[in-house]
Amino acid sequence: MTPRRASAATSGRTRRQPLILVVDDYADNREMYSAYLRFQGLEVVEAANGAEALAHAFEHAPDLIVMDLSLPGVDGWQATRLLKADPRTKDVPVIAVTGHALAGAPEAAAEAGCDGFLTKPCLPEDLLREIQRMLDRSRDGGNPKRR
Amino acid sequence: MARVLPARKARAVGTVSSEEKLQLLEFFLGSDDPGECAQRAVEWLVARAGARAVMCAMVDTTRARLVEIASYGIRRADRFSLDLEQHDHRLVNVLGRTQPMVIPANGTSDVVLGLPRGPVLAVPLHGLTVEEDVRIGVLLIGPVTPSAVRESRWVADMLGPRLARLRAHRIALDGNRRLERDRTLLQGVIDAVSDPILLTDTDGRMLVANTNAENLFASREGESEGRQRAVALNNMMFSAALSWSVTGEAEPLRRELLLVDPTDGSDLLFELLGAVVTDPQQGTGVVSVLRDVTDLRRATEEIEENYRRLRGVEADVRAERDRLNLLIDSVADPILVTDPAGAIFLMNDPAERLFTVLEAAGPDAALRVRSNDAHFSSFVANLLFGEALRHRGDIGLVDPESGTGIPFEAIAGKVLSEHGELVGIVTILHDRTEALEKERLYDQLKRASDELEQKVRQATAELVRQNELLRRQHIQLEQASALKSQFLANMSHEFRTPLNAILGYTSMLMQGIAGELTAQQKRNLTRVDSNSKHLLSLINDILDISRIEAGKMPLYVSEFALPELIAEVTAELDPIIIRSKLKVTTEVDTEATLVQSDRQKVKQIVLNLLSNALKFTPEGSITVTTRRRPGDDTIAIAVRDTGIGVAPEDHSKIFEDFRQADNSPTREYGGAGLGLSICRRLAHMLGGRITLDSKLGAGSTFTLILPNKVAVER
Repeated sequence: MTPRRASAATSGRTRRQPLILVVDDYADNREMYSAYLRFQGLEVVEAANGAEALAHAFEHAPDLIVMDLSLPGVDGWQATRLLKADPRTKDVPVIAVTGHALAGAPEAAAEAGCDGFLTKPCLPEDLLREIQRMLDRSRDGGNPKRR
Repeated sequence: MARVLPARKARAVGTVSSEEKLQLLEFFLGSDDPGECAQRAVEWLVARAGARAVMCAMVDTTRARLVEIASYGIRRADRFSLDLEQHDHRLVNVLGRTQPMVIPANGTSDVVLGLPRGPVLAVPLHGLTVEEDVRIGVLLIGPVTPSAVRESRWVADMLGPRLARLRAHRIALDGNRRLERDRTLLQGVIDAVSDPILLTDTDGRMLVANTNAENLFASREGESEGRQRAVALNNMMFSAALSWSVTGEAEPLRRELLLVDPTDGSDLLFELLGAVVTDPQQGTGVVSVLRDVTDLRRATEEIEENYRRLRGVEADVRAERDRLNLLIDSVADPILVTDPAGAIFLMNDPAERLFTVLEAAGPDAALRVRSNDAHFSSFVANLLFGEALRHRGDIGLVDPESGTGIPFEAIAGKVLSEHGELVGIVTILHDRTEALEKERLYDQLKRASDELEQKVRQATAELVRQNELLRRQHIQLEQASALKSQFLANMSHEFRTPLNAILGYTSMLMQGIAGELTAQQKRNLTRVDSNSKHLLSLINDILDISRIEAGKMPLYVSEFALPELIAEVTAELDPIIIRSKLKVTTEVDTEATLVQSDRQKVKQIVLNLLSNALKFTPEGSITVTTRRRPGDDTIAIAVRDTGIGVAPEDHSKIFEDFRQADNSPTREYGGAGLGLSICRRLAHMLGGRITLDSKLGAGSTFTLILPNKVAVER
């Protein structure tokens, strides 16, 4: 069982690696991504639903959020909107990773405030590449959003 | 008239003075009437000679009778009259004597005179000259006295010659009067003749003429000038006609003579009949009778004219009748004319076919004609014995030849003369076979139509019901479609979620994140990986089809360059191409470079076609060509291979879902068989199509034909 919480270092703002919040209600996927990202040296915080995601986001101030969209309770779109509406989290890039592959899905995600969009199945290395790209851009421009 | 009345008592008998005799003689000379003289003599004798009864009778030579002309004192009802042929009569005897004689009493005198009893003296009356001394008459006096005898003889001597002379004179006078009367009569006769008659001398001078002739040829003073001129003209014409003829023979003249009516100036035509009369004393004359033939001529002319007109009318009537015959014969309906007794006396050809027997026809035909006659007669009888002028009804007749019944509608009308008498009955028969057939057909049609209408109504009701059903189904379908879309979205999501974990962990294992793997483990993981990916591609294909079917596949139209697209496709498949060792070439039409369509979909189709070609071509080459098709605004992208080919009967099959030409479970080539099916659908979405030209074992050419510009609504 992979611990869902980050190590103590992350909360003390002394971390050396970026902190990624992985939100997915499907445990196998969440843990698969988390395991891979950790293996790749990133710090990871996991959330299994929208409410948890919001709580962790406010608590840990992650550098990036990987957001599944279909979630019980507060869903991914709603959570993203709330995050983007909150001054504490509004600048945190959000990458939507979803099984919704039909027409209009990327648009709907963008509208909710997601900065990136990946369709499942998405290999962990592909996710990592997107995270790196997003983090690089965020670090360079200070603002991950183009607008 | 002064009369000497008897004055018997005034004088004594036997003394008659000379003066009294002179007076009588003077009277005789003064009177030229025998009866008057005789009466005076009779009365004188009564007065002077004492006679009580006297009668004077005179011979009427013309009648040969002795007739009383005067008397006195005689009681007789009628005048005495005696036939002189009674020779034995005493008075007849007396007539022949010269001396008086006494007729004794109880003799004839009583009877004659009706005198009182006693003898009577009969004195014959004679003339003086021998010529005159014929039997004049007789004087009877009674009673016989000496003075009577004496005075009567004297009176007889005086009266006899006077009467004789008067009678002679009277006879002469009568002769003249008779002549005059005859002349008048003659004139009257010739005047009464309506034809002008003239007696002229040979020069044409008019000697005798009747009124009509005078009217033509004589004019009087004071008459109109016109009339006088006409008369002069007539005379000239007449003379000319006459002179012309008289020079000829003594033959009776007969010729036409044109004269002028002097009264009104109109022309009169006469036939002149002339005869020459020769009289030794009066010379030669001409009797002409003019017969007015003006009217005759006019009448003749009129008759001729009438005759001509009649002939013309007759010809007209004949022509008219011929025309009428032609006309009524040409009428298809039988027409019959019946006389008031009910006998047919006129019919046209169609009627003859029904009511006359042809010579060649058999006994059946005759029977049928008789039956027709009977039917017809009973029909016409309705009109013959009724007041109505028209009658309409149905009669069933039979065709004499075939014996088939013919239903007729008959219309009969009376023909009346101008006096309202029935002259005939005209009947027109109209064959109703066709009409009845039409009616029947119409009924059938109407029934069929009604049925049809009923069916249509039912069908309409059914349609309405179906429509309602369809509407509901449509709503349900819409709901179902929405549900399906939702389901698809969910399915997609639900498939992808576990696949995501499988692929993710497989990838991580293969990267050695969980430690080094043996070669066998790696091979096995590779199998897991490729099968997972195949599953993913299947899911994607199914989702594609479902999205197209559900109309959820959006079209992103843009303008793009074909050569680049082809290059991209070959590049993507380059690893496979290299592995296949096939020669793949592209021939790009430089004119067909830019296309407006959905780039991603076009690429998906070409990619699919090329990978199919690679898959089904064991050796040889593959050529991809693009060209603009002449004639319409389309482009064709063809992928030609030298592969196994497709049998013609499989050409349509391979475009179906999950189909390959070899559909056996042990088929040689992989793939779900959804590729061409999706391509076909995508091409259709883009307004194009995919054609196949292939034979088994001879390679295949798949051609995508696309419009240059995809329609907007697509």
